Amino acid sequence: MRSDEKINITNNIDWITVGFYILFVFLGWLNIYAVVYDPEAVSNIFDFSINSGKQLMWIGGAFLLIVAILVIDYKFYSTFAYIFYVISMIILLATIFIGKEVNGSHSWLDLGFVRVQPAEFAKFTTALALARYLGTLGVNIERFDVMFKAGILLLIPCALILLQNETGGMLVFCAFILVMYREGLPGTLLLIGVSVTLLFVLTLAVGNPGQAAATQAAGAIVHAKSGLAQYYSNPILIGLTVLFGLFMLYFIINRLRMTRKQLTNRLIVILTIYVMSIGFVLAVHKIFFEVLQEHQRNRIMVLFDTELDTQGKGYHLHQSKIAIGSGDLFGKGFLEGTQTKFDFVPEQSTDFIFCTIGEEHGWFGSTVLIALYVLFMMRLVFLAERQKDSFSRIYGYSVASIILFHFMVNIGMTIGLFPVIGIPLPFFSYGGSSLWSFTILLFVFLKLDSHRGQVLAGH
Amino acid sequence: MQERRFIVQAIMIAIGLIYVIRLFFLQVLDSSYKIEAEINAIEKVVDYPYRGLIYDRHGDLLVFNTPVFDITIVTKEFKLADTALFCTRFGTTPADFKKLMSDIKNPAKNIGYSRNKPQTLFKQLSLEDFAHVQDYMQDYPGLYTQARTVRSYTYASAANALGYIGEIGPKALKAQESSYYKQGDYIGQSGLELYYEKELRGRRGVKYIMKDVHGVLKGKYRGGAYDTISAPGENLISTFDIQLQQYGEKLLQNKIGCVVAIEPQTGEILAFVSSPSYDPNLLTGRKYSANYHELEKDPYKPLFNRPLMAMYPPGSIFKLAQAAVALQEGAITDKTRFPCDKSLVNCHQHPSPQDLRGAIQWSCNPYFYMVFKKMISRDLVQNKFKDTEINYDEWRRNMLTMGFGQKMLVDLPSSKSGNIPSNAYYDKIYGDLHWKFSTIYSLSIGQGEINVVPIQMANLAALIANRGWYITPHFIKSIGKDGHVLEEYKKKHVSSVEPKYFDPIIDGMAQVVLGGTAYWLQVKDIEICGKTGTAENPHGDDHSVYIAFAPKQSPKIAIAVYVENAGFGAMTAAPIAHLMIEKYLKDTITKAPLEKMILEKNLLHKVKIKP
Repeated sequence: MRSDEKINITNNIDWITVGFYILFVFLGWLNIYAVVYDPEAVSNIFDFSINSGKQLMWIGGAFLLIVAILVIDYKFYSTFAYIFYVISMIILLATIFIGKEVNGSHSWLDLGFVRVQPAEFAKFTTALALARYLGTLGVNIERFDVMFKAGILLLIPCALILLQNETGGMLVFCAFILVMYREGLPGTLLLIGVSVTLLFVLTLAVGNPGQAAATQAAGAIVHAKSGLAQYYSNPILIGLTVLFGLFMLYFIINRLRMTRKQLTNRLIVILTIYVMSIGFVLAVHKIFFEVLQEHQRNRIMVLFDTELDTQGKGYHLHQSKIAIGSGDLFGKGFLEGTQTKFDFVPEQSTDFIFCTIGEEHGWFGSTVLIALYVLFMMRLVFLAERQKDSFSRIYGYSVASIILFHFMVNIGMTIGLFPVIGIPLPFFSYGGSSLWSFTILLFVFLKLDSHRGQVLAGH
Repeated sequence: MQERRFIVQAIMIAIGLIYVIRLFFLQVLDSSYKIEAEINAIEKVVDYPYRGLIYDRHGDLLVFNTPVFDITIVTKEFKLADTALFCTRFGTTPADFKKLMSDIKNPAKNIGYSRNKPQTLFKQLSLEDFAHVQDYMQDYPGLYTQARTVRSYTYASAANALGYIGEIGPKALKAQESSYYKQGDYIGQSGLELYYEKELRGRRGVKYIMKDVHGVLKGKYRGGAYDTISAPGENLISTFDIQLQQYGEKLLQNKIGCVVAIEPQTGEILAFVSSPSYDPNLLTGRKYSANYHELEKDPYKPLFNRPLMAMYPPGSIFKLAQAAVALQEGAITDKTRFPCDKSLVNCHQHPSPQDLRGAIQWSCNPYFYMVFKKMISRDLVQNKFKDTEINYDEWRRNMLTMGFGQKMLVDLPSSKSGNIPSNAYYDKIYGDLHWKFSTIYSLSIGQGEINVVPIQMANLAALIANRGWYITPHFIKSIGKDGHVLEEYKKKHVSSVEPKYFDPIIDGMAQVVLGGTAYWLQVKDIEICGKTGTAENPHGDDHSVYIAFAPKQSPKIAIAVYVENAGFGAMTAAPIAHLMIEKYLKDTITKAPLEKMILEKNLLHKVKIKP
């Protein structure tokens, strides 16, 4: 029977997902060619000296990986999940010291023939480890100790990647919150997370960080005597006060429906949240101006003030928006983009590949691509849900969530909805590390899915 | 927890939707990014066509193009470490340079300024000057070169006809019907350069070129779909005989006046002298403004185009036109004799009485007084005043058919019409039916209210030579490769005077040279028909006037000479005309002393200069 298994490695593979994969990789490759295309020099899409040719090499490698993944026994991944995790953490740790410095971060390992970014693969091993842990019978995320242990699993790679000075790569691990939410993490935690983020953004948006930066130079926030009065003129704080005042008024009016004790308890809870919110808003100012590094602050500031220094700090975003914004309804046509082709947008083939779509294929093309990604991710959720085995399901959700996070941040930053965090568009962006790690991530899941009838025993 | 899958999927859809909406605002609704993208990557490069050349009638090159270089600056890219060194290299001073830069960056002075686009820094460096700075260019990012051409003139001659080109002014820029011209473009400002601007300029080409973030050119935008190809301007062959032109200018040196020489059969202008004039090369290149200012201040008005613009009383040469009209209208015949009655109007000593031929030969004033009287007082109606009005109107109508009192449609932009007063004109001065012959008799000898521009005098000579018709005098005989001419210059204008009436007039003109007022100016082997004139000038010495054509049989040249404050026609104007006729027909000068006398004549001190 073993020989049968080997012959039918593609048995039960979800061809719809494979189709999406091939489509994204192919479109990505075409767009990478559009970036490097030079109308003056007759360039060939297969030319190995340019990015499109190199990407073709990476794609070839990815297909070899796929074959390997499909050949390897499906139980292999769950069995060795923890070992993979530990090995990858060791590599991450080592990279801090022996990594090649690129743009101020030590996140690249030079293997001689190729350079890889271990953080890309850490996503995969962390997903395996988390699935293994949460998939264990009797482990329930709603329990505090489980929550804590799962948190540790995630925080270790986060800390190591942060030490590599690669903030963008670290933030990707936020994606796992969605996985845990599916597995039963209390919804309020997700709600709090969203509220905190919203408040953070609003504070900076309304507080006009561009102006505040000037007044902040002297550290006025903590020391100035007029400080408090200044903060209470902040519209966010006024808004919060009004909002919570209305809440309390609502409960006071409806006091007849509850006991005195219930009312007191609720008012105390509301007041506590109110005080915490105020504290948070004040803290954001402090964090923003005193904790964040200059370049991180700049990346956020340019989001709110579009005219801010378009030649310097805001250059990246400004050029990206010009490229996309000039695409109009149907775009300039394949290879006809001027902004992307002529290097006005930096990091064009990798992090800003979406600009090429926006410029050359317009709103129509962008919408089609976004719709394809959304359908693809929804397909992954569908596949995850049909797993009988919880390891496969949790792993599947991890894959979907990681792709969602990359999709959201990558496109969001090119159109000014997210700070510029250097993370690639899955399957699309130029680069071997990124393509291979996403290929492994996805096809391990498809391998698991092809054996969805069989339960992974032994956990 | 399975229901949470829907929340997860809802989040995916929500993010997708938000992005699609955001993109709609960015890409479709907001057009500012499209403009910025063009500023970023597309440069409009103007391909200036080669301006057409101008030749003389024998193929001598008169006007051509010389390359010059503008140095332009893209202020965004420009970086300057050592201002002093830069200024030394480029031959300016730090103060001037600072002023120049602030002017460039001032949108009020430099309309359409953009820090991303080339602005003119130094204009029209000659090939030699450019060679000096060329090596330094690469030390300064943001400096570029724009090659252009300026006009050059082979001969310091014919400036008033050729004209000049210059940067288009703000008014002309606004007034243009199409939006062909842009700020900084060169356009014909006067003369043939202005009149034939459309033919000479050709069609400008525009190339849209893409450049990358470093400003490196990256080929044609959209494969050149929006590019237009420049077409060189058309060459013109002028009617000038540049040798004759130069000789005429030489003869008129130190005198104020003009010469117009025409080939009668074609109306082609052989020479067109306005004196004093200027070297047309003064109004090209960097010195244009300074030189123009100098010329404008010059009290002798070298920019004034006398042959077309100076309105003079014609004097005695007008007697020829009088004779023609009177013969045509039957007021006299060629046999009609009148005595030289000096009580009517002053005259000089000559045999009397004379018939028409003799009267022309001796330029008898009383004779033409009587001719005009006969013409004006034909007693067609009882009322003397009414009769004057009818006859004068008839006389004027005849005069107009000979090219007087209206603009000659010469191919130069500005020309005066002169004045043959209308009935209304006299009615206005004296009142309706309050004027008659005795009021206007001075017209009979070309004085009084009539005014004629010199080109009309030359045209009269041509008309007589042709026995009653003329082709409007013009400068360009062939345009472009196909060699066409403007329609106006193919048309024969036939006067109201029948050809037969010109015979006695021509006989008289021949007698002028053979034994009349210009007898001492006979030229060996050339039978010249001429008529002298001495125009009274209330402001000073009389003006010397002469018109002529030669040879009498099949005329080749008709000429008019007008010299201010030069006395009798036979003293200055006639010698100049005869020297030029001989030069043109024989290419020799047999009377060297006469030529010397003319060349040495300096009349500038006689001209009263208005401060």
